[in-house]
Amino acid sequence: MEMNAKAPPESTILFHDVTYSVNGNAPHAIIDCISLEIHAGETLILLGRSGSGKTTLLKLINRLLMAQKGEVLVQGRSTGEWDPIRLRRGIGYVIQEGGLFPHFTVAQNIGLVPTLEKWEPDRIAQRVNELLTLVGLDPGEFSARHPHQLSGGQRQRVGVARALAADPPILLMDEPFGALDPVTRAELQREFGKLARRLAKTIVFVTHDLREALLLASRIVLLQAGRIVATGKPQEFLKIDHPEVKAFAASLASFSPIEADAVPGYDAVPGASA
Amino acid sequence: MSPWQFFLGHRAEILEATLAHLTLVFIAMTIAIMVAVPLGMFIVQRSALRNIALGFASVFQTIPSLALFGFLIPVPFIGGIGRRTAIVALVLYALLPILRNTYVGLAGIDPAVLQAAEAMGMTDSQILWRVRLPLALPVILAGIRTATVITIGVATIAAAIGAGGLGTFIFRGVAMVSDAVILAGAIPAAILAILADLLLARLERRLRVA
Repeated sequence: MEMNAKAPPESTILFHDVTYSVNGNAPHAIIDCISLEIHAGETLILLGRSGSGKTTLLKLINRLLMAQKGEVLVQGRSTGEWDPIRLRRGIGYVIQEGGLFPHFTVAQNIGLVPTLEKWEPDRIAQRVNELLTLVGLDPGEFSARHPHQLSGGQRQRVGVARALAADPPILLMDEPFGALDPVTRAELQREFGKLARRLAKTIVFVTHDLREALLLASRIVLLQAGRIVATGKPQEFLKIDHPEVKAFAASLASFSPIEADAVPGYDAVPGASA
Repeated sequence: MSPWQFFLGHRAEILEATLAHLTLVFIAMTIAIMVAVPLGMFIVQRSALRNIALGFASVFQTIPSLALFGFLIPVPFIGGIGRRTAIVALVLYALLPILRNTYVGLAGIDPAVLQAAEAMGMTDSQILWRVRLPLALPVILAGIRTATVITIGVATIAAAIGAGGLGTFIFRGVAMVSDAVILAGAIPAAILAILADLLLARLERRLRVA
């Protein structure tokens, strides 16, 4: 992704020797002395297996967690100095299954942060319509629905719209497409890729899916046991000589045609670029 | 004398007893809700306190109601003969269903929803009033419904310690060996219980979204 002139240059995130462990006991650090700079406007993918610390790293950014050692700077200020409420209102957050409020309509879900920020009702309604259109949902059809009246893919679209509501410069996404069926997931990944390029936000995206990482990233950071073991642009990433990179690369190639032959009626294996 | 004749002959008295009964139930339920809902909110995150509170509330459920009324009579300040003692006993009975449901309703909220609320920059009180309580409300209301039905029934026994209400007819009927008099208290009490149940069930359904 190109650096966009609209993105404010200060909207970067900086991890400086950050260590995080549950109860503060260092031998079992979940995040082990990580330093990382995230630039304005990039889509940074945190890739890793379950338990590698990628979600923890994400939560350190919006202060859902606080590091015991080191510091995390958001827009030049340590998260410890930020008022957590102000910090979080400026950071969009999308999680698996959306985490939508089941008792709110789609419009109320999307309009939550603007409501908390005391926008005029007209402006909120207009923003909700704008965002629903942006994520490919018809406002007339979906505004008044409740989350349980939506499909998984639609819920995830609403989740993205909600995170974008107050136009935050930073977007955190924690395996947002992880719970979707493969077809819907591929659709949303492609659409989100386009959207991300258009929005020019700083996006930190957690996934364990290398295919997703290669599709969406401007840069991939691979985590293993709370440490960064590899960093690279998507086109360079697979060439990195590290056992964990090779393990992830192997997961891409794991589909064997012999097994496919054994499935009756299965003829074509779509390529990763489909 | 047929129950119907008795009913017609004493309708003013029965209506008065029904209103007294409702007043008793209303006061007891109001106090029970004001105690149990905040207490339930308080014990959600505190497991040690939760076991004590739920255990304490359960104890009263195991005491036969007539015995509980009897036990309370000699207790200073809250005891004695009359309405005040009856209300205390009724509150003690109503606590458990409301307390337990408040806890279950709040504890049963999807953690992802609460985390989303926190991550979107809602303050603790905004999360409580706009997310946690609305989501737990149908379950809390189910507890209030159970407690109300129990209280309407148990309140008939309050007549034994001079608190009035529909139980007056039941006790009088038992003493007179008259079905008609017993029914004059029992039928209105049953109707009250059914109406309260239907009404609260309807409210509960309207609040339940998903």
